[in-house]
Amino acid sequence: MITFEGLEKEYRTKDKTFKALNGINLTIEKGEIFGVIGFSGAGKSTLIRCVNFLEKPTGGRVLVDGQDLLTLTPANIRKVKRNIGMVFQHFNLLQSKTVFANIAMPLVLEGAPKKQIKQRVEELLKFVGLSDKAGAYPEQLSGGQKQRVGIARALATQPSILLCDEATSALDPQTTGSILKLLKKINAEYKITILMITHEMSVIRDVCDKVAVIEGGEIIESGTVFDIFSNPQTKTAQNFVHSVLNDSIPESVRNLVQEHNPNGKLFKINFVGASSGQPLLSKIAKKFDVDINVLFGNITELQGVPFGHLIVELRGQENEIKRAYLHIQQENVSIREVIADAS
Amino acid sequence: MRVSNEEIIEAFWETISMVSISLLFAVIIGLPLGILLVVTRKGHLFENRFIFSILSTVVNIFRSIPFIILMVAIVPLTRLLVGSSIGTAAAVVPLVFYSGPYIARLIENSLLEVDSGVIEAAEAMGATPFQIIFRFLIPEALSSLILEITIATIGLIGASAMAGAVGGGGLGDLAITYGYQRFDTQVMVITVVILILMVQGMQTFGNILAKKIRRN
Repeated sequence: MITFEGLEKEYRTKDKTFKALNGINLTIEKGEIFGVIGFSGAGKSTLIRCVNFLEKPTGGRVLVDGQDLLTLTPANIRKVKRNIGMVFQHFNLLQSKTVFANIAMPLVLEGAPKKQIKQRVEELLKFVGLSDKAGAYPEQLSGGQKQRVGIARALATQPSILLCDEATSALDPQTTGSILKLLKKINAEYKITILMITHEMSVIRDVCDKVAVIEGGEIIESGTVFDIFSNPQTKTAQNFVHSVLNDSIPESVRNLVQEHNPNGKLFKINFVGASSGQPLLSKIAKKFDVDINVLFGNITELQGVPFGHLIVELRGQENEIKRAYLHIQQENVSIREVIADAS
Repeated sequence: MRVSNEEIIEAFWETISMVSISLLFAVIIGLPLGILLVVTRKGHLFENRFIFSILSTVVNIFRSIPFIILMVAIVPLTRLLVGSSIGTAAAVVPLVFYSGPYIARLIENSLLEVDSGVIEAAEAMGATPFQIIFRFLIPEALSSLILEITIATIGLIGASAMAGAVGGGGLGDLAITYGYQRFDTQVMVITVVILILMVQGMQTFGNILAKKIRRN
């Protein structure tokens, strides 16, 4: 659906050039919700703006539905743009127009007949839950409502791609949740491919299927949300994962362990999907002659699948601990020994 | 008082027509000029350094000439355009040259205040440059445009009084020929009061209109 091939973007000032994007290769498949995460200045905004040519690439290509925008005439680029909706961090609504007129705008630009515009806008208002606000002005709305208008506007022309540029970054956590739910609904009901950029890992966790981590204008890691969360490779990805899924042992716990049982064995057990529903630990405690001390745990949900880990201390004979360890492995649960001061 | 009521009323209407005709032409010149000053600047829709610098310089030149001098300086042009350099019609020409560039600057300022995010959204929607100007930039700036043009109109009322000095007619002419040159304080006071009322009325009207438009 969207393919970046060696995409580059350079900004030139008088005495220096700055490479915002440095050879991006990435493919976003039809129908998926793809998240790009990075710190500010990493190039994620430039990346998403290259898709609908708000920024022109200085090297490489962006293919939208197989079409290279660089080869198209301005009129055809505008046509492609109408197939790409965009949602902005600061909503970018017309303050002088009502909610209805704002949502109608892309259709008005197309020269759609009035009747058709009215029907489509009413449908969208209902979809985003703002039917009673048609006549209101943006300044009378809350942040979340404004973003709903922004989303409805982006959907007006029935695009097949939706770009979300930090769509929830200006919203409070609760509103963020409701907007993310709306985006998921759009993806599910309209089969729209969504490309979103964000600096919040919780957004990626809550809605994305796949994620790419961008740093210094390069994609340093990408994969399914599940892969990145369960096994982040780069330091930056690990930091992002830790921001929502803290799996390091708190200092207080670590001190306690070291004080009381400096030779204790600590294990990190990862739970995925069905395994998180099993009473694994109590079974182990009954079956083997070990005591289990749960030190720390964290469970979250990734793409509708429970995902988490526990850090436990096993006490007992070395032999028994080993047997328990092997048993857990046989249950297809990932377990590894950790030393007290490592994660 | 050596002036009849009829003469004052006539002068009042002369001022009104002088101001409104000049305003009309000044807006016709100033609006596109103001738009061009915005869209040709760096990073905008029709970035063009050459056109921008030329327009900006020309506007600055006209803005720096004092009105009284401008009036005299363009007498040949005034003669060419209206066939005379004296009278109400003749006063309109320098008034347009005086306030056109001024209005261009005011409009430029209003348009520059429009949130660049709105333009970005327009571009993302695939709006043509003309749609961006007329469906996004101007409607978003309209309320402040009205206020700016109100300011320009008030400036015009003041300048039109000055046009009296070259026999332009209107309240200014009356004030100068009777109030100033013949020491008729009463005429002076009456004309000044009328001018004050006109300015007050204009500003109030502008404020109400701008407020209304913001909500439309």
